[in-house]
Amino acid sequence: MADDQAQTSERNFTINFGPQHPAAHGVLRLVLELDGEVVERVDPHIGLLHRGTEKLLEHKTYLQGIGYFDRLDYVAPMNQEHAFCMAAERLAGVTVPRRGQYIRVLYSEIGRILNHLLNVTTQAMDVGALTPPLWGFEEREKLMIFYERACGARMHAHYFRVGGVHQDLPPQLLADIRQWCDDFPKALDDIDSLLTENRIFKQRNADIGIVSKEEALEWGFSGVMVRGSGMAWDLRRAQPYEVYDELEFNIPVGKNGDCYDRYLCRMEEMRESVKIMIQCCDWLMREENQGEVLATDSKHSPPRRAEMKQSMEALIQHFKLYTEGVHVDAGEVYACVEAPKGEFGVYLVADGTNKPYRVKIRAPGFAHLSAMDHLNRGHMLADVSAIIGSLDVVFGEIDR
Amino acid sequence: MSEALKTLGEHIAASQETAVTNWSIAHGELTVEIHDDRIEDVIRFLRDDPTCRFTTLIDICGVDYPERAERFEVVYHMLSMQQNQRIRVKLCVDEETPVASICDLFPVANWFEREAFDMYGITFSNHPDLRRLLTDYGFEGYPLRKDFPLTGYVEVRWDEEEKRVVYEPVELVQEYRDFDFMSPWEGAKYVLPGDEKAEG
Repeated sequence: MADDQAQTSERNFTINFGPQHPAAHGVLRLVLELDGEVVERVDPHIGLLHRGTEKLLEHKTYLQGIGYFDRLDYVAPMNQEHAFCMAAERLAGVTVPRRGQYIRVLYSEIGRILNHLLNVTTQAMDVGALTPPLWGFEEREKLMIFYERACGARMHAHYFRVGGVHQDLPPQLLADIRQWCDDFPKALDDIDSLLTENRIFKQRNADIGIVSKEEALEWGFSGVMVRGSGMAWDLRRAQPYEVYDELEFNIPVGKNGDCYDRYLCRMEEMRESVKIMIQCCDWLMREENQGEVLATDSKHSPPRRAEMKQSMEALIQHFKLYTEGVHVDAGEVYACVEAPKGEFGVYLVADGTNKPYRVKIRAPGFAHLSAMDHLNRGHMLADVSAIIGSLDVVFGEIDR
Repeated sequence: MSEALKTLGEHIAASQETAVTNWSIAHGELTVEIHDDRIEDVIRFLRDDPTCRFTTLIDICGVDYPERAERFEVVYHMLSMQQNQRIRVKLCVDEETPVASICDLFPVANWFEREAFDMYGITFSNHPDLRRLLTDYGFEGYPLRKDFPLTGYVEVRWDEEEKRVVYEPVELVQEYRDFDFMSPWEGAKYVLPGDEKAEG
């Protein structure tokens, strides 16, 4: 009897996974309680990348605040800006010109592919494949160049504005994006051929981290985490924003809710994103669709440079916009977008001044990661990294 | 859309009339304000009632209004994938009173409540594990309260002699410049120099 007890206490031990572990996808520290190789309990310690974004936003004007959203989920920066701009637009009553909406959708979909390429390939690396990230990053690099050509920065774009986007896209850039859309499916097929039917990859992912529909609901999952479990829920379709209701695309849905189905969903979503991008490029290149990309009747948009040479009011407005910013009417609003990882929401409380009173950022990864303990119980230690990878966590948005 | 929201608001207010203090629709969103001790009942009702079916808890967060007697607002966002509706539930609470935890109804509330506790010091009764979540180990204070300075109180650095990270009071080379942008024409709370003579 006493011998037995000594054995159990010897066997159950606790290890630290991270915060400097490559498979932790950033600065995640997991305290794992193991019984042999079986995980008994997981206690994620987060906050190592906490920068106080929400506090900082209370001290910045709306225009300055946008830049902080790039730094949340830095894998798909513009999707975050989008949610914040939409929240501010709804409070301020600004409508975005259609060309601006198309550009936003185009870049949101680029963000989705950026994200899924990173996630799918690094998750493959977590389970033992080295080549996919190398191939995937090549394509990511091209997409980041599109980011750079639109706004001057490869990652932290600050491109979306309240009322549209900062500048129109040059025609050559549109043509190049269109060309990329033709080339990319081949690159994706190559990655597909490396992974989808790969025996090791399947062994490591199929039937691992199964999420049932009920679990997906009670744990507040969204995005691929619910679609992998067989629910066709996508905000782009269910609560359409911008021009998504005019575009043609499908919503891939999984069957089993395991890591492998989520992988398949992500691969399929990239193909759908390419379809959306093609439609956007074609629309934007048409002669009759040229025009403004930023609302002209709003105080949030700067006056044109030529106008400032002539008009005193334009000059004053320019100065006020970039120093004081714009006063937004008091009120509260919750705006959300279908970010690559799930529902990214911004709860914005304005008090009528030039700065937000409170911004709460609802990051999809936060809810997903909070289910780590639930998802990992009873799995083997080696499955932990497969599950983290498949949850698609990025600490910029979780720690905020 | 707003017609459906109105019907929904009326339905909730009628079914939970002892709990709901006020409800409104603004910017196409339904907000329901409730008594601070009825949160469990209301959330359970919203989840299980066949016309509501708010089966996803999107978010829980605090908002600080230091000038109010009950300074914190706790805001719950919920989503119904079946009805394709959203709702916001709000309650007011002071620093001492705990709010009932809804971890039993939605396990995801665990971390949301931990975060609200960490950031504002709002306590949740019957929470299984109310530890700090985002801030540093051994952190003191509640950073998102309005009376907490943006720059914080302590900073850390690696000490070469002691061979460890040390905590020191914040020393800024330049004060954080938080400009007052409220113009005197738009309700600034100070008197411009010279203006006091206008009274006499």
